[in-house]
Amino acid sequence: MIVAKRKPFDEIKDFLKDYKKVLTAGCGTCVAVCLAGGEKEVSVLNAELDMARRLDNKPIELGAITIERQCDREYLEALDSMVEGYDAVLSLACGAGIQFLAERYPEKPVFPGVDTTFIGVNQDVGWYEERCRSCSSCVLGMTAGICPVTMCAKGLYNGPCGGTNKGSCEISKDQPCAWYMIYERLSKQNRLDNILKITPVQDWQNQKPRTVIQPGYKTSENSAEK
Amino acid sequence: MKSESNLEKVLSAGHFAFTGELGPPRGTNAEEVRKKAAFLKGNVDAVNITDNQTAVVRMSSWAASLILIQEGLEPNFQMVCRDRNRLAMQSDILGASAHGIKNMLCLSGDHQSFGDHPMAKSVFDIDSIQLIGMVKQMRDEGTFLSGNKLDEPPKMFIGAAANPFAEPYEWRALRLAKKIAAGADFVQTQCIYNMDRFREFMKRAVDMGLTEKCYILAGVTPLKSVGMAKYMAGSVPGMDVPDELIERVKGAGKGKAAEEGIKIAVEQIQEFKEMEGVAGVHLMAIEWEHRVPEIAKMAGVLPRPVV
Amino acid sequence: MRLDYPSNIKIIRVPCTGKVDVMHLLRAIQKGADGVYAVGCLEGACHYNEGNLRARERVNHVRRLLEEIGIEGDRVRMYNLSSGEGPTFAAYAREMAENIKMLGPNPLKKH
Ligand code: SF4
Ligand code: SF4
Repeated sequence: MIVAKRKPFDEIKDFLKDYKKVLTAGCGTCVAVCLAGGEKEVSVLNAELDMARRLDNKPIELGAITIERQCDREYLEALDSMVEGYDAVLSLACGAGIQFLAERYPEKPVFPGVDTTFIGVNQDVGWYEERCRSCSSCVLGMTAGICPVTMCAKGLYNGPCGGTNKGSCEISKDQPCAWYMIYERLSKQNRLDNILKITPVQDWQNQKPRTVIQPGYKTSENSAEK
Repeated sequence: MKSESNLEKVLSAGHFAFTGELGPPRGTNAEEVRKKAAFLKGNVDAVNITDNQTAVVRMSSWAASLILIQEGLEPNFQMVCRDRNRLAMQSDILGASAHGIKNMLCLSGDHQSFGDHPMAKSVFDIDSIQLIGMVKQMRDEGTFLSGNKLDEPPKMFIGAAANPFAEPYEWRALRLAKKIAAGADFVQTQCIYNMDRFREFMKRAVDMGLTEKCYILAGVTPLKSVGMAKYMAGSVPGMDVPDELIERVKGAGKGKAAEEGIKIAVEQIQEFKEMEGVAGVHLMAIEWEHRVPEIAKMAGVLPRPVV
Repeated sequence: MRLDYPSNIKIIRVPCTGKVDVMHLLRAIQKGADGVYAVGCLEGACHYNEGNLRARERVNHVRRLLEEIGIEGDRVRMYNLSSGEGPTFAAYAREMAENIKMLGPNPLKKH
């Protein structure tokens, strides 16, 4: 899932300083699971904003809604009738959701309430770890299911580097060395030959905006060459 | 000859090579480079010029390399993958070669979090093994990484680093083989303190036939003090300093630690001269350039061959 | 046993402090309470293992949130005691009341 962190309160408050009626829009998918932008986080943030603005003698009227997914038109539609009545929208969705919302209401100022942080896993309630940088050419098959792009501090394709330190990465004793783990796991699976050959230079595919059209879903509208 | 560099000539003539190291200044002080170079001149075959070592900004490696050439020394131009993408790397390689730089050491580079700009965005467009391959392609095929032809290939003697002490040990010789397969002509190792482990590593390299394909220079850094020994042992990733060695430096007594450190280094160099597969020594006497002449003399590696 | 504790405290019973949510605490302050505190079992003695530890985390979180807004975080506290410790309960209540007296009324009341 996509993991996000709530933005510092002062930053959010500053975004909204000139608005009197704001809709806080949560997203019920990734950011809700990682406890950053779901229904509950919307009500906490609104309570904070309400109190802070009262203390400033500049009361604010706040609406709240959490839709299933802000990155999907089908669900965004539910906002159409609401957004009109507000001066601005504060979205707690991930960066993609916020943009999709802003795109739908181009006249309306839209602000981010979270910092979108990574694609990761749920280690425990409230504890998430990054696992993928969406490089567009996954090498997990070669690396025993451990991502060198994300988990190696230098994103090496032919690791480990000389800094690997008894299983830890050179950057910190608390950071496991991805390539040490890759070596260990491949070695146990008798697949070390995977990394004996040189992995050639990558064709980076994440250096410009990407579009995916799944096979069988081409239309005259979406198939313009990108 | 791949590069006609002095280092290549010394090694291919079968001499025991001896290389030094110099860290560029944190400013434009070219005099400092010249001063350090003076201690090395005539005592080493080539001098490694570090590239923003430990991710701290310094005068660029190729620029300091040029000062060395002016002073009549041969630089070994270090390049890390942290700070440049493939475009910048290739253009710097062309420029370096055009100015007479003939040796290059290809490194990953310390992570930026160690340095003076810890929040910098690192590059790592390609890694050190891919860099080795790229330089080789430029030199031997006369093409850029893209495959396009280049006008006058850069004649570089290609170096790589090896750390015989980082776990998993079984991987170390395999990784060395990978670097050689990518195109490394010579290898300089991490500072060696654990001689037992290094002997094992060399035996493995010899058995695998790696020393036939590539020159291995053993890395030596004299311990200046007990503090330095402990720091190396505890805080430098991938470094292996056995306790006996720390004890030995300690045992030398007050004011004598540095002499003991030099003595240890000299003994090491003497053993490397005899060790199968070791083609030379890379002496990294960081901020201790002025002691290089006496170390070279004591180790019996002078005079340096003229080839 | 008649326990002597300040009468201006309104007690809300929950099965476990683990049930106490950030929003409950925040809402109390938002609605004008001068302070709010959670009283849980001793740490290590939670019937649900770590309900009271989670409650403490949440209390700390709410304290931080309030500070961000400009309201004293110390209006929200967590106390622990074992069941049947009536006098301690009363002592904590007095302590909390003292604390609030020092802090003065909820600043939101003026707005
Ligand atoms: S290699 Fe890593 S970054 Fe690329 S897709 Fe796979 S997991 Fe994601
Ligand atoms: S120590 Fe391991 S994880 Fe860290 S940069 Fe080197 S190879 Fe990558």
